[in-house]
Amino acid sequence: MNILEKILARASDKEEVSPGEIVEARIDSAMVHDLTGPMTVQSWRKLDETKIQDPDRLVVIFDHLVPPPTEQAANAQRTMRNFVEEQGIKNFYDIGRGGICHQVMPEKGHVHPGDVIVGADSHTCTYGAFGAFSTGIGSTEMAAVLGTGRLWFKVPRTIKINVHGSFPPLVASKDLILHVLGKLGVSGANYRGIEFAGATIEEMSIPGRMTLCNMSVEAGAKTGIVAPDTKTMEYVSARGRGSSQTLRSDEDTKYERTIDVEASTLSPQIARPHSPDNVAPVEDLPETRIDQAFLGSCTNGRTEDLRIAAKILEGRRLHNRVRMIVTPASQEVYGECLREGLFDIFTESGATVTNPGCGVCIGIHMGVLGPGDVCISSSNRNFVGRMGSPQAKIFLASPATVAASAITGMITDPRGLS
Amino acid sequence: MIVKAKAVKFPDNVDTDAILPGKYLVLTDPVQLGKHAMEGLSPDFAAKSADGVVIVAGENFGQGSSREHAPVALKAAGVRCIIAQSFARIFYRNAISIGLPALECPAILTHVVDGDQLSVDLDRGQIRNLRTGATITADAISPNLLQVLNDGGIIEHLKKKRARR
Repeated sequence: MNILEKILARASDKEEVSPGEIVEARIDSAMVHDLTGPMTVQSWRKLDETKIQDPDRLVVIFDHLVPPPTEQAANAQRTMRNFVEEQGIKNFYDIGRGGICHQVMPEKGHVHPGDVIVGADSHTCTYGAFGAFSTGIGSTEMAAVLGTGRLWFKVPRTIKINVHGSFPPLVASKDLILHVLGKLGVSGANYRGIEFAGATIEEMSIPGRMTLCNMSVEAGAKTGIVAPDTKTMEYVSARGRGSSQTLRSDEDTKYERTIDVEASTLSPQIARPHSPDNVAPVEDLPETRIDQAFLGSCTNGRTEDLRIAAKILEGRRLHNRVRMIVTPASQEVYGECLREGLFDIFTESGATVTNPGCGVCIGIHMGVLGPGDVCISSSNRNFVGRMGSPQAKIFLASPATVAASAITGMITDPRGLS
Repeated sequence: MIVKAKAVKFPDNVDTDAILPGKYLVLTDPVQLGKHAMEGLSPDFAAKSADGVVIVAGENFGQGSSREHAPVALKAAGVRCIIAQSFARIFYRNAISIGLPALECPAILTHVVDGDQLSVDLDRGQIRNLRTGATITADAISPNLLQVLNDGGIIEHLKKKRARR
């Protein structure tokens, strides 16, 4: 069995499972946020139950519309506050204490290797970076999980992405996952798991692995996963609240498909409008003017990402046309970057730092794109209308490429910046 | 369950931002959500779908976000069933969970043009095009999911299960 199969077998009390089989798995942690939580509560009320099955397994995080920009958004949060109080939910993170849900979940110890985790958000697959089986579900299914503590899954077939070699300077995990998306296509891993393995992945930092697993859903995957190792255990043992199962794929396990990637041959990658699989190396793009540069999101808003961008921006000014928005992924990341002096670099270059949140990436709060706007973004989706106007264009790229482009006002290869 | 309505066709890879733009995610009322169904791709969709439609689409329908608001909006706008060559997995689960029938049918696009009247037999996975008389076979919905659909969604399904205990 591979690691995903082993996790699902264990969670459903089976010796063995195989792809296609339906299992009913125990859920170790469940997460809702301020936009999917209210609909979860609405569905939960229809179940006519009084108490959720285990309030300590539910995590409630406000991150999409924070602080609330409208009365309606405040009211949605009110619904969740009332629910948190009524159900005695201790794991509640409002602004100032949390941040983007997929950063907060591992940071606050709600993710362990071997866990089965569901979240009412598609990028829940991020926790595969810690060797967990984690996937996005809808609000009504979440209500069912609150009632039963279990959920059915079809054991997925698994695609292996085998990565070898060292990244060239200023090329990183975002470029790798964009390259993989270009190869797989937006439905290339639909219903499947993706296991990332090989020497490059073993060398890769936890934040880098999070970027890979995070965007697995952009190929349609149920989840991405990286086998846990000493880096994972170091992270989790400092924060985790429960026990870890350090499972690995068997040596002789068979994959539906294996894709080999040599990291040293990659250049910075760009996903052009309007699909995350419309990928090309940066050098192949025609001259492209930008109006907004966004550095943040659950994909690339961690300290390591902001450090790379700050290094490029240090001592330089943004192009006059460009507004650059920097959004640290969490309060912890915010504090780290503040203490390291990164915010000085951003503000001196002319960029704006916001509080942690999802608003820019999903086009609903701060930095919304207008008709004709062109944005280079470190986030994960560039569908029509994703960041605001359907007449805007979004190019997805790494933090380094976003920073370099903010300086020149054009989509720019960070390696060429003198 | 048999669904009869007119077909409205959509391309491959229709994403959830097209089905329901993010700015409406603060809404939870199905009626309000329904007014904005497909707004990102076809702004007049909701004005024309009220009498009931069957969406016929290509590959990977519903890719992107886990927002259940997307299938809820479609159902409230009058969508009786979605037949696609394939679905994005979260959208598929969400549709079934809220009692919106979703059928996978790789051959569908060649047998249906916009506006055709379709009769869809969900239990047998068969689609009849009433204009051409053709019968198209879809992949069968698995029995456990069919049960959820026939009960009207996962909430009603769980309540019925509880009542039987």
